[in-house]
Amino acid sequence: FRAVPDDGGLVDADEDKDIKTEASNDSWGNNNANDGRLLSPSPGSSASAGSNKSAAGASEEQQTLLAVLQFLRKNKLTESVEILRREAGLPEDSLEPKGADSLLSRVTASSTAGAQAPTKVAAGEDQPDVNVVLSAYSQQGDPALYEVYYSGLKRFIESVLDCHRAELSQVFYPLFVHMYLELVYNNHESEAKAFFEKFSGDQECYYEDDLRVLSSLTKKEHMRGNETLLDFRTSKFVLRISRDSYQLLKRHLQERQNNQIWNIIQEHLYIDIFDGMPRSKSQIDAMSGSLAGEAKREANKAKVYYGLLKEPEIELPLDDEDEEAENEEGKPKKKKPKKDSLGSKSKKQDPNAPSQNRIPLPELKDSDKLDKIMYMKEATKRIRLGPDNLPSICFYSFLNAYQGLTAVDFTDDSSLIAGGFADSTVRVWSVTPKKLRKVKSAADLNLIDKESDDVLERIMDEKTASESKILCGHSGPVYGISFSPDRNYLLSSSEDGTVRLWSLQTFTCLVGYKGHNYPVWDTQFSPHGYYFVSGGHDRVARLWATDHYQPLRMFSGHLADVTCTRFHPNSNYVATGSSDRTIRLWDVLNGNCVRIFTGHKGPIHALAFSPNGKFLASGATDGRVLLWDIGHGLMVGELKGHTDTIYSLRFSRDGEILASGSMDNTVRLWDATKAFDDLETDDFTAATGHIHLQDNSQELLLGTYMTKSTPVIHLHFTRRNLLLAAGAYNP
Amino acid sequence: PHTEMADREERRFAEISRESVKFMAESTGVELGDDVAGLLAEDVCYRLREATQSSSQFMRHAKRRKLTVEDFNRALHWSNVEAICGYGAQDTLPFRSAKEGELFFIEDRDINLVELALATNIPKGCAETMVRVNVSYMDGKGNLEPQGTVPSAVQSLSDDLLKYYQQITRAILGEDPHLMKVALLDLQSNAKIAALLPYFVYVISGVKSVSHDLEQLNRLLHMVKSLVQNPYLYLGSYIRSLVSSVMYCILEPLAASINPLNDHWTLRDYAALLLSHIFWTHGDLVSGLYHQILVSLQKVLSDPVRPLCSHYGAVVGLHALGWKAVERVLFPHLPAYWANLQAVLDDYSVSNAQVKADGHKVYGAILVAVERLLKMKALSLSQQSDGGSSGQTGFAGGSICYRVSSPGLSPPPEPLSEATLGIASHLQAGGAGCPLEEWTPVPLPAMYCELYSFFGDSLAVRFSTGPGDARKEPPGPTSNPDTTRKMPQLTANLNISPRHDGSPRTDPTPPSLAATGSGRSLTRSCSSSSSVQRSRSSSRSGQRSAGLSRDVFPKARFTSSQTGPPAFSFLIGGRQMGLRCQGRRPFQTNFAPTPPLSAVPPRAYAHKLPVIGRVGKPVRRWACSHYSLHLPL
Repeated sequence: FRAVPDDGGLVDADEDKDIKTEASNDSWGNNNANDGRLLSPSPGSSASAGSNKSAAGASEEQQTLLAVLQFLRKNKLTESVEILRREAGLPEDSLEPKGADSLLSRVTASSTAGAQAPTKVAAGEDQPDVNVVLSAYSQQGDPALYEVYYSGLKRFIESVLDCHRAELSQVFYPLFVHMYLELVYNNHESEAKAFFEKFSGDQECYYEDDLRVLSSLTKKEHMRGNETLLDFRTSKFVLRISRDSYQLLKRHLQERQNNQIWNIIQEHLYIDIFDGMPRSKSQIDAMSGSLAGEAKREANKAKVYYGLLKEPEIELPLDDEDEEAENEEGKPKKKKPKKDSLGSKSKKQDPNAPSQNRIPLPELKDSDKLDKIMYMKEATKRIRLGPDNLPSICFYSFLNAYQGLTAVDFTDDSSLIAGGFADSTVRVWSVTPKKLRKVKSAADLNLIDKESDDVLERIMDEKTASESKILCGHSGPVYGISFSPDRNYLLSSSEDGTVRLWSLQTFTCLVGYKGHNYPVWDTQFSPHGYYFVSGGHDRVARLWATDHYQPLRMFSGHLADVTCTRFHPNSNYVATGSSDRTIRLWDVLNGNCVRIFTGHKGPIHALAFSPNGKFLASGATDGRVLLWDIGHGLMVGELKGHTDTIYSLRFSRDGEILASGSMDNTVRLWDATKAFDDLETDDFTAATGHIHLQDNSQELLLGTYMTKSTPVIHLHFTRRNLLLAAGAYNP
Repeated sequence: PHTEMADREERRFAEISRESVKFMAESTGVELGDDVAGLLAEDVCYRLREATQSSSQFMRHAKRRKLTVEDFNRALHWSNVEAICGYGAQDTLPFRSAKEGELFFIEDRDINLVELALATNIPKGCAETMVRVNVSYMDGKGNLEPQGTVPSAVQSLSDDLLKYYQQITRAILGEDPHLMKVALLDLQSNAKIAALLPYFVYVISGVKSVSHDLEQLNRLLHMVKSLVQNPYLYLGSYIRSLVSSVMYCILEPLAASINPLNDHWTLRDYAALLLSHIFWTHGDLVSGLYHQILVSLQKVLSDPVRPLCSHYGAVVGLHALGWKAVERVLFPHLPAYWANLQAVLDDYSVSNAQVKADGHKVYGAILVAVERLLKMKALSLSQQSDGGSSGQTGFAGGSICYRVSSPGLSPPPEPLSEATLGIASHLQAGGAGCPLEEWTPVPLPAMYCELYSFFGDSLAVRFSTGPGDARKEPPGPTSNPDTTRKMPQLTANLNISPRHDGSPRTDPTPPSLAATGSGRSLTRSCSSSSSVQRSRSSSRSGQRSAGLSRDVFPKARFTSSQTGPPAFSFLIGGRQMGLRCQGRRPFQTNFAPTPPLSAVPPRAYAHKLPVIGRVGKPVRRWACSHYSLHLPL
């Protein structure tokens, strides 16, 4: 709830308790019905969403509250104001507009990027109001001198020792942007253009997209309402620079009395100073590229319980049929050490695992237990993959998908496949001979003998059996779909701003979850069911429970659209990828952002957790797959090879192989074991958070598999490690 | 329109001039000052870029590479701007320029809603979306099927379709000509075969396996024709596969060509005709195709190792693509090629007889191509110099011509090249009203001189009949104001030519639709005709005796007698050509040192001249040109 303005940090403590006691406690849903609007991507809200709870002392909390109240009042949400005020026990006259205004200005501008890291350098003191954020540029020097300043700095940086140059060069881009914006803001259009012409070529190529946006912006009027730029100003661009390099820069600027630049550095940059060796160019390049610079080191310090939850103990029935079958075939009866090993493995409590009930999980139903048993049986037949034993790949081609296939999902047992289409429909196919049937109508159900053994069979309506079903309900393209683990439900998120829950028993829509109000790009069920996460154009990811029509958590902090969302295998964390080119990991328990990963140079469209929960793989429009160590919060690998956007990533069941599917019509297989093993021996320079990536993509690439003019938009490993890929044939 | 530019040229920005803004304002009845318009223009540019930027997000999430109108409208919708109506077409909208002035627009035709609503030919039975699985890679290795090909598994079709498919292929490739006709007709008009398209395309791609069997090749080509003509089929990028099959028939030294008795020439002619048809009707489907084809034709032509029949195919193919293709590829290449051809034709040894005969074929094909080049070029020049108004009548041939031809443009922008070169470059290259300033081909007289040095008399004769050829095309003769003399194109051109003298001629130009539209008879007749041989040999001798001295030409065989409008007649097969020199002679004498200055309108014998190889049949609707041995079904 950290991100929810009207709850602020105030109710948070109670919330934690609630979670521990009962998942479906009502207080989970006590978000104000208007929170969707509050978090619409207007500059004000996105900034206020990031209001920083952990840094706040008691008085600041009070101020936050006042600011929130003020905001609510301003938006005429009187009822919410009333409720919040009463809950907080504030007197009615506490909302003096004058006071609140200034408070608001202080609160709202606090860094959204920094999560709960206590702001250091120049933060906090002179934070500009979000309303006057533009006027931060009003203090200006002589526009003609901007070029002089910039080239002066450029000359200086070019003249410093090699070891410092790469680090100091990081300053160029944010400086360039802010100086340009200052010029634009102060109506020096021609100077701004000249400045851009002269220096835009110097910037790193991975900022090309942002530069394009910038170059089109030449008028003060255009700055208003350009969200990208508002973010650029409200959030500080984070640079990591070694102390030596920083001193060098500081001394230079002070000697030259170059106040213009110094002011920008003070006001708009966050320089994360570390002690030790300056980083090399390649080290810096590996980590930079995001909209707002790198993550602060503090942002990745929080402890993450990445271990897996203990598997519930399920009595494995003797799999008689199998044994008999084998006997019939004349094979000697096997003992079952496998089963024991499986059991013992899950019995050990992983030291890195969260406590079993950190997040309340739904109890297993009988059918779930049956499925688990099925899963274990299948697992014993699983093929061990490796560099010498690559998976077979089956391709599911969507033919005649003129409606535009936009999303695909398989059930875990690979029995169903669903496709989301641009024409707003969702289609479900059975990929086994078993046809899809609806449950009989209520009237017919009454006639059934409920005591009979095959009642589950009897409730199905044979007449409706078909190979596929169409689910209609959305009013815009469906961008994300996800099956529930128990195969009873299907989620779909759409451009129309809703997430819908469909029953796969009746093939009807059960709930429409409204809250995003903007296109919802992705949604996914938790691996344990019940919860799901969604993320969209409003830059917020939301955590929902299927029986609540309002979100339980809102994860806000991304500076641009949340493009993809994934649950950690232990359901305690959610990873989101964004078009701000960062990946964030959120704690479901308290809504905190616990990791920020930077390094991608384009919007992120695919995420995958390794089955052991330790690693995360991400793929982006830049065609690269990056591997992250969640525990240490570090990038641990870069897989280059794809030539177009990666839309799908999946680890094999045992995590030995990483499969990536891309718009370039290929599936590539990577040696995940090797990628991760190599670095276990490495000692992380975790203190500084630096990485030395060797370029070993080619060694790790195990195979490239062409499709038939079909972009690969989904990948799935069956329980026996057969790789399924899906996409629409695109002649 | 401008947004589309922004989409295509990612790095460049759309610029909207203040004039555009003013025009817009005027069209709604508002007068704008310069400064206001300027400010507005800048703001509009910015908003457009902004919307384009955000629309790309919708494209990415729909997992597409192509930005659609819907994406853009969505972006507008979410930034609270009203969506633009009327631009939701499936196909790329042709970007046009108006002849007067520099005005560019997207051709957005009115749609007759009533007609649409009451339409009976609504494509039905659109193939159902389905999921099919195939094991692509076993144990991470081994392709079970070759990569990147059209799926060949027929079993994923419904029973009905499967039956249909089997019947149709059997009928077309089978023995019964009547059945074949019926099958082809159905293929041409069936609205429900979208799902089968890949399979038919696959069947057609089997041309390579039947290269020994002319009959089968022919049938496959007819299948292509039927598919191309089927109004319910969206060929999409299958067009590429179809074109490559057709190209195979045009260019490859087929197994069937080994036997001189096999008439593979006709097949090549027909395939070339088909190629041009595909272009004029579906050329906009695949970008870059036109260019690729030009390149591959050029490659074949410049490869001396290739057999003559391949060269023949290349020439015929270029001819089919329009006179501009000829001008761009064949003409510059001619001097180099001529030497080789000459060598073949000069070898009178018995062992060379067959090759020599082939050489004559090529010769004839080149002749036909360059003649049309001259004719069309002259025509286009004369149009320009006359302000282009009169020339338009010449293009009235065939509905297809009209379909693609742009309003009032002498060389109508050819759809393919638009896709190939991108709008901006294309516009510069000559889609606008004043193309000649931009690309500068060899001036007509120079071209003619050069060609004359190769072809000598035979060229001149054909040239003079040229206008008739073009004029004969339109259904009614009424449109042609008959005038009495020949070679007017030349004169018209002369007035212009100084401008172009000395300018480079390298610039590629899109072929004119009109040119191909009124495409000319590629004749078998010329090939084996003795007259051609004669003229060819004459040109040879002309060359030997240092270039252009025409005295050496044995003209004696052309018996000229009458004056006045002659009634021409000649026999195909090359025994006798009547009265041909009539038109040529005065011209020739006048021309040699300095071209004549008498300005005379063309189309002297427009309606009187039977054209070599022209079939007497009524014009087929879909084919704008008639080839001598066009195979009727």
